[in-house]
Amino acid sequence: MSRENAGEAEIVLRLAGITKRFGPLVANDNVSLTLRRGEIVGLLGENGAGKTTLMNILFGHYVADEGSIEVDGTPLPAGSPGAALAAGIGMVHQHFTLADNLTVLDNIILGTEPLLRLSSRRNAAKARVRELAEAFGLAVDPDATVSALSVGERQRVEILKALYREARVLILDEPTAVLTPQESTSLFETLKKFADRGLSIIFISHKLGEVLAACHRVAVLRGGKLVAERPVAGATRADLAELMVGRTIAPPKAEPQPAGPAILELSGIAARRGAQKLESLSLALHGGEVLGIAGVSGNGQSLLADLISGLVTPATGTMTLKGKVLASPSPRQMVAQGVARIPEDRHAEGLVGDMSVSENVVSEAYLTPAFSHHGFIDWKKAREFALKIIKDYDVKCPGPEARVRLLSGGNMQKLILGRVMANDPVIVLANQPTRGLDVGAVTYVHEQLLAARKRGAAVLLISEDLDELLSLSDKVAVIYRGQLSPVIRRADVTIADLGLRMAGQGFEHGGESHAA
Amino acid sequence: MVGNPMRLEPREQRSLAVILGYPLVALAVAAAFCAILVMFSGANPLSVFGLMVKGALGTQFAFLETLTRATPLIFTGLAAAVAFRAKLWNIGGEAQLYAGAVMTVVFGTGLLPLPWPVLIPVLMVAAMLGGAIMLSIPTFLKTRFGVDEVVTTLLINFIAILFVSMLLEGVLKDPMGLGWPQSKKVIADAQLGKLVQGKRLHFGFVIALLAALAIWVIDRRSALGYEMRAVGHNPKAAAFAGIPVNRVLAKTALLSGGLAGLAGYSEVAGLKGNLTLDLSPGFGYTGIVVAMLAMLHPLGVVAAAIFVAAVFVGADAMSRTAGVPSYIAHVMVAASLLCMVTAVMLTRYRLRWR
Repeated sequence: MSRENAGEAEIVLRLAGITKRFGPLVANDNVSLTLRRGEIVGLLGENGAGKTTLMNILFGHYVADEGSIEVDGTPLPAGSPGAALAAGIGMVHQHFTLADNLTVLDNIILGTEPLLRLSSRRNAAKARVRELAEAFGLAVDPDATVSALSVGERQRVEILKALYREARVLILDEPTAVLTPQESTSLFETLKKFADRGLSIIFISHKLGEVLAACHRVAVLRGGKLVAERPVAGATRADLAELMVGRTIAPPKAEPQPAGPAILELSGIAARRGAQKLESLSLALHGGEVLGIAGVSGNGQSLLADLISGLVTPATGTMTLKGKVLASPSPRQMVAQGVARIPEDRHAEGLVGDMSVSENVVSEAYLTPAFSHHGFIDWKKAREFALKIIKDYDVKCPGPEARVRLLSGGNMQKLILGRVMANDPVIVLANQPTRGLDVGAVTYVHEQLLAARKRGAAVLLISEDLDELLSLSDKVAVIYRGQLSPVIRRADVTIADLGLRMAGQGFEHGGESHAA
Repeated sequence: MVGNPMRLEPREQRSLAVILGYPLVALAVAAAFCAILVMFSGANPLSVFGLMVKGALGTQFAFLETLTRATPLIFTGLAAAVAFRAKLWNIGGEAQLYAGAVMTVVFGTGLLPLPWPVLIPVLMVAAMLGGAIMLSIPTFLKTRFGVDEVVTTLLINFIAILFVSMLLEGVLKDPMGLGWPQSKKVIADAQLGKLVQGKRLHFGFVIALLAALAIWVIDRRSALGYEMRAVGHNPKAAAFAGIPVNRVLAKTALLSGGLAGLAGYSEVAGLKGNLTLDLSPGFGYTGIVVAMLAMLHPLGVVAAAIFVAAVFVGADAMSRTAGVPSYIAHVMVAASLLCMVTAVMLTRYRLRWR
């Protein structure tokens, strides 16, 4: 079935008037959506728009306050994942739910076998998995151990798992977050093939380009409401972006400016932590320049960030900051030297959720004379500093005494920005700075990074979002299994080339993409 | 959350009424539970509770006895509260208390013939050092090798008590003790004076109050208190911000162990005069209960210690007249703790049925 006649095919799934409240928050507000046989519908929305809540209701994880769900015309009992599975709804989560130490086959048949039968029908199951893999073009070895698979292969296993359970409606939650551009394209091809064979697909994403490339129809959620539903044909990125955010957004632009002197130089760095490693890594950060680091998640990005954060001491190689070699870097030393560090995980590393805004904004500076005397902290000054950040960075919170846990992701990030930008840093290390933020907050973070660049700071931007990377960076390098590619000027970068490098081409031990 | 009819939702705001009201409700629930047990043993709960209150607070003697019993609990409660704030799970208050007591009798029985204004501070520092060292070993093992401190601090209790037993049968044995395993009495200059002439309440109670006040100031105002809280809530974020997590844990261990060591000093120099194997009927463990009841608040520890002491003292007095076993005290304290822990959780989360 092709997308032309999908409009007339029978309706397989109908969500009618779904409303879900969490306390005062209305996560889904009277959302109605239909899915036809052989159709790919993109569910587009910012973080917090209600996409995940809606899918959790569909899959039985939550019970809707109002509304009903029908599959093939039969009402689906609320709050039962088992019923959803039985009705043929399959879900591929953003974070895979595979047991690493089991084989592909074990993972696929897990939960489908009766508990008390001694012999499982493994051979029959294996044949069926092979058959499905063949039919849908999802090449995976059923006997391979999951831990040995690449991220793209793991995703295929997740999809196979759903197909094995005879899913007819497949929900994919942000499926491209962990893929290289080439892998994403190949996934879209596969999805088209599924649709042609009569499967219906809900494709959840906040990336406009993907929705346009992969879907027949797009439904846009904003603030819990379904604000638009239209065929992809004829829709443009700008329309969709505006629908998603509710206002026009002007992406920040980096004005060209000459690069300054090298502020931080890493040369021949090797480091290791668990499965992550860095090998003979050299780079130079110049003032007034943004260097973007691209790479599939888990290829050494967080180790590189921790190195520059002062959390990791390199085994070999030298770090030279403003002409001085750093012997044993520490977080305090890096902060004192003017390194602004925006951590990858705001909740785990950036902030202490159970402490107040005041307590959090001084966490890097509480021992400086500005905030403490003789081992006692001047909480009045800390409070003033917090108020200043709240005002200057437009942090929405009840006040300096509020526990940080209650803030939204965007406001947390603004708080971190306020903390690290306070002392006019010479280096800004931004590790996934916009992950999980809504479009408004993303724009704000981007503006701040470009403002730092304009002031002459060197910005190291580590991001898995290629759009972000390419719109902000002056130069780009790719990290793969702890090695860094040569630095390429933005003007010379092509997405195709970047994608190949992210998959390991051009690296010493190159090959297919593996993520730790 | 999946398929569960009951779940917990974080409260956005905690009103003062909730923060103060829930613990009171918790104590009421605990009392109601204990009332049922009392009825099972054939007594009237109201009269039993009345006797307990009278036995704990009713007379000057009873009240002073309660405060005397509360004194070591304030120290061990503070020790637990300080450590738990930093998520250093110090279960070894008992060992640290005995270490403090051993230091007291080693230096306080004549080895240092100093006048009291010098000797008492010296002995206090020595006792604190004893307790501090006792907790520093497990803390070092934790930060260096990742050994779980719950296990090590708990097991060190038994080692410490057996070690004290060895000392009391050996080098520390009082030659004039008629063969009993007990140490010599500390000299007069080492002793803490009585607060009320002819009663058991001693100056250690005042020291305990001052310690609670000092810990409160450290917790709220000092950089160390800030570091300990940050490390306790989120060690990863603390390390990222540049707080030296292991060093903070080491300092926490010194402070916590030192406080428990002071309990040992206060009991020997203020109450018993010498060291015996029954110096502590589990003050180290009860300190954990005290700290939890106080929600780790240093000033709350004082109130919680007096409450727990009152329950024990009151139950002793009650059992003599009402014929209900004084074990009811343990049940009451345990029930109060469980209810309080539940109440504390309910001040943070609200229960939702779907």
